[in-house]
This record gives sequence, C-alpha cells and structure tokens, in this order.
Amino acid sequence: MVDRELHALCVTELASAVAGGEVSAVEVTRAYLERIERFNPALNAYLHVDAQGALAAAAAVDRARAQGDAPGPLAGVPLALKDNLCTRGLPTTCGSRILQNYVPPYDADVVERLRAAGAVLLGKLNMDEFAMGSSNENSAFGPVHNPWDLSRAPGGSSGGAAAVTAARLSVAALGSDTGGSVRQPAGFCGVTAIKPTYGRVSRYGLVAFASSLDQVGPIARNVRDAARLLAVIAGHDPRDATSAQSPVEAYEDECSRELSGLRVGVLVDAIAGCEPSTRQAIESALSRLQALGCEPVTVSLPHAEHAIAVYYIVATAEASSNLARFDGMRYGLRVRGEDLRDTYRKSRSAGFGREVKRRIMLGTYALSAGYYDAFYLKAQRVRTLIVRDFERAFERCDLLLMPTSPGPAFKLGEVKDPLSMYKQDIFTLPASLAGVPALSMPCGLTDGRLPIGLQLVGPHFTEARLVRVASALEQALGVATSAPDPGPGARA
Amino acid sequence: MARLTLDQVRHVALLAALELSDDEANALRDELGAILDYMVALESLDVSGVEPTFHPLNMAASLRSDHLQPSLSREQALAAAPESEQGAFAVPKVLEGEG
Repeated sequence: MVDRELHALCVTELASAVAGGEVSAVEVTRAYLERIERFNPALNAYLHVDAQGALAAAAAVDRARAQGDAPGPLAGVPLALKDNLCTRGLPTTCGSRILQNYVPPYDADVVERLRAAGAVLLGKLNMDEFAMGSSNENSAFGPVHNPWDLSRAPGGSSGGAAAVTAARLSVAALGSDTGGSVRQPAGFCGVTAIKPTYGRVSRYGLVAFASSLDQVGPIARNVRDAARLLAVIAGHDPRDATSAQSPVEAYEDECSRELSGLRVGVLVDAIAGCEPSTRQAIESALSRLQALGCEPVTVSLPHAEHAIAVYYIVATAEASSNLARFDGMRYGLRVRGEDLRDTYRKSRSAGFGREVKRRIMLGTYALSAGYYDAFYLKAQRVRTLIVRDFERAFERCDLLLMPTSPGPAFKLGEVKDPLSMYKQDIFTLPASLAGVPALSMPCGLTDGRLPIGLQLVGPHFTEARLVRVASALEQALGVATSAPDPGPGARA
Repeated sequence: MARLTLDQVRHVALLAALELSDDEANALRDELGAILDYMVALESLDVSGVEPTFHPLNMAASLRSDHLQPSLSREQALAAAPESEQGAFAVPKVLEGEG
C-alpha cells in the first residue's frame, strides 16, 4: 500500500502505484471526488464533475490491469480539462452563457489521447469566457479563487486548471494558451505549465479563440509530470491543418540531466521592471543556473514592448472571425428576433459577456474597411519584427529566462480597466506571437506566501531543452508547489 | 487617429452582429478609444519592406487524399441544435416574401 495520502502523489508516482497494484484506480478516483466535493465550493474551479464517467474509466483501468494488459503512461491518473476542450457527452461551456447547455458530439484530439493513455477524466474547469482574460473574472459562472489566498485571482484564462492542480483537486490538468493562458495562471498558483511550439499539439476540438496563436498545454505539480503529459498529447493530427509533422521527443528522459554549457539569455530590462520579490526570485534562479553550469548571456527583444498592441489586434481580429460561428443556429443559445439577422444579434448579445463583446468589437474594427492596413496588417508586420528579435537572441543563447508576470497574483477586482489587465500579459505574449515554446515554473514565494513564476523560452520545437533546464532548476530551488487546503466555505 | 465616435461603435456593432444598449455603446466608445490610443504607438515603427507574419511557422499547406471517411450521424449533428425539424436545422425565414 501507498504510505502517503493519495492526493499527495503526482502523475508519475500515481501511474507507477496503479501499474504496480499498490492502489486501485477506483480508490484514487474516489479520493479525488471527495476532495472536489469538500474544497471546490471555496475555489469555484470545476464547472462540471463527471463522477460516474470517472469511476467507470477507473474501473476499466483496474479491469485491464487484472487481465494483465500493459498500462498506459497515465493509467488510473485522475486529470481535469479546461472547459474549452470538447468532450463527447460532457458539457463544454467555454465559460460562456452562449454555450451553457452545449454538449459536443466528439472528443478533442488531446482528450482522445488522454483516454487512450488510461487517464481518468474528473471533469471540466472554469475559465475566462472563450479564454479571454488574465484573471478568470470574465467567466459567466463566477471567478475561480486562488488556493494560496482566496481573495486573489488564480490568473487566466486557464485559472481553473491551475487552481485544481495547486489545490490537489486533480493530479494535473490541460489548459489552453493563446497569449499566456497556461503560463500566467501556473505562475499565480505555483505550478508548472508548458505552452508548446505552435503546431506541436493538435487544436482539433479546442474551441477556437485566435487560430494562429492557440495551443493546448499541460499544467502540473512538477516538471516531470508536465513532460509526461506533453509527450501524451503531442503529435501530428491530420484533422488540424497546422499540426506539425516533427517527431515527439522523450521529454521525460530530459529530467535530471546535466546542464553544463547551455547559454541562458537574460532580459535585463524585463527583470528590472518587475516587482522586487519577482526580481529577486528570478535573479536567484539565474545564479542557481550558473551554479549548474549554465552561462548567462545578456540579450534583448527590442520590439517586445509592442507585443501587447500587436497581440490585442491580431488575437481580437482572429477572434471576431472565429466567434462569428456563434449565431444561435446550429448549437448554443438562440434568442428569437424579428428575422434571421435580428436573431443573430439577439442571441449573440444575450450570450456573450462584456470582455468577449469588447474583443469582438476591437477585432471587427481592426479588420474593417479603412482600418485593415493601419491596424491589422501593421500589427502582423510588427509581429515579424518580434519573430526576428527571437531569432537574433537565439543566435547568442540556447534559451531565454524571464518572469512569467510582472508580479504575483493580484486581488480579485483589483485590476479594473481592460488595458491595465492586457498589460499583465507583457512577458507571455512575445512567445505566443512567435510560436515558440515556453515553460512557466514556480521559483519562489513572496513574504506574503504567494507563488512567483519564471519562464523559460526556447526556439521552435525545443520543448525537450526547456524540460531539461526546468527539471534541474526545480531540484536546485526546491520550491513548494502545494497550496494549503482551503477551509470549507472559506470563500473570501 | 481620433478616438471612436458613437456612430463608429454602432457601425462596428452592426458588422459584428451585436446589439448594444446605449450604456454598452457609450462604455465601449471610451474603452475601445483608450485601447486604440495605446495601439497608436505602432505608428512610429517603420515596417516598410517587412513581410507580415500571418502564421508562426513556415509550413506548407498539408493536403490529404479526398476519400469518404466516417463522420457524425445526422442525429449527433443535430443534437445540440436550438431547433430542428425533419432531420435539418430549423432557422428563421431567410428569404423575403415567402411563406
């Protein structure tokens, strides 16, 4: 038998314990369902819990083991999914009223892969509506609370995925990242997330926000867990025309390897602009990397300061087009109007929340006659300058070290105007625009015991290198990644 | 670039198929105006001769052979429809002067 509480075991430990018969998948699943029932009311992280489906999947894992079948890499491991990943027969709301009652008829590619690997899917997680937000306050179903401090935001848009991972209401989770949406909440909640190279993971069944930026990514308690999840979900999918053909590497084998000789690019200006606790934590992580044999190199991304303007033009333009499909005809909310056009307008106006409307308006404006060249095309050209900045930087270093966010988790309700919220994304947007992989991991706690995140960014398809550096740094730093259990009914 | 006028907000809402209350339209005029003011900083950058990046990876469009594959059944495809009849999506009248 396992001598620790079941919820204390991470993905790789649980998979081994289930494979070795030390614990049954059903026992583990029950333990998680109990924790969800007890602690989710304080966090508001799950929108839908599929107890029946999870127990059935767990029982199937136990039966397969009893028959002597070889277990998959996630056999018997309870996981949870951001609610913009389509799940056959389970609600998929995207945190929006317009999809409140939507049940997809198919699984996303990543969901198929998790099921095939033996994972037990606990349920669907709260998020900013259509993944548009940096605090989870844009969910139609109320904000998620940060498990480290219930009065604070968990980050966004994958706030539910980061919160359940930190609070151990799931072993790990999948989120999606368009401009930082797995990295920033992972930083706020003290867990690890990978935004893969664009094209590394299939977008089939991920409800589209901005198609040239969206990627599914894992959020986990440690680097090895994130590496295992990435290896399961990565790979070519003919159903996504932008899915990459390049082979999936054995990311987990990169854990606990030597780092000597790697050149780490340091963005001095970026670090200088952060809150003091973040600055100190990043600087101390850098000295750890030096002690592990890495060579620091000062680099700059001169156009990164324009990433906010570029991103909020490109992403909203793509969103205005993608979200045109929500018209009340084939699925989702329909509000009857006088005629067809009026029905479109009434359905969309009743179904979308404020931030989604704001972004659709901004994107529609940027694409409209007379403004296309000045906004949309200009932004795509400046995007090229940002891509070139990365190419130049990677001539001189193997990866970049930067903060995930300018500071730790802010209070719910603290960041009021839209532009101030957009500026929270300054460090995560450049990698999204360039399509390069980025990993966020905890690198310390503030005096007030809030997690601080750092980001490792590499050239296209260098996820293995990021895992290697992150794993060594994780061991050297020894940062706690478990939030305290929230008191029952302790919602702030 | 000037801030948005209320007429422009109304025009964009029409293009986006959104119906805005007066309060919403006024708030959007101010909020979008402030965001666009911030974005004006891009004007100062010289991008002559710089190609736009519409896609982050230089990948060729992938083609597949055109053959029949299993897909959703009619019932599955219609299951989430707000209204359906006779095996089809039921929608408000599209053409004028009929029915």
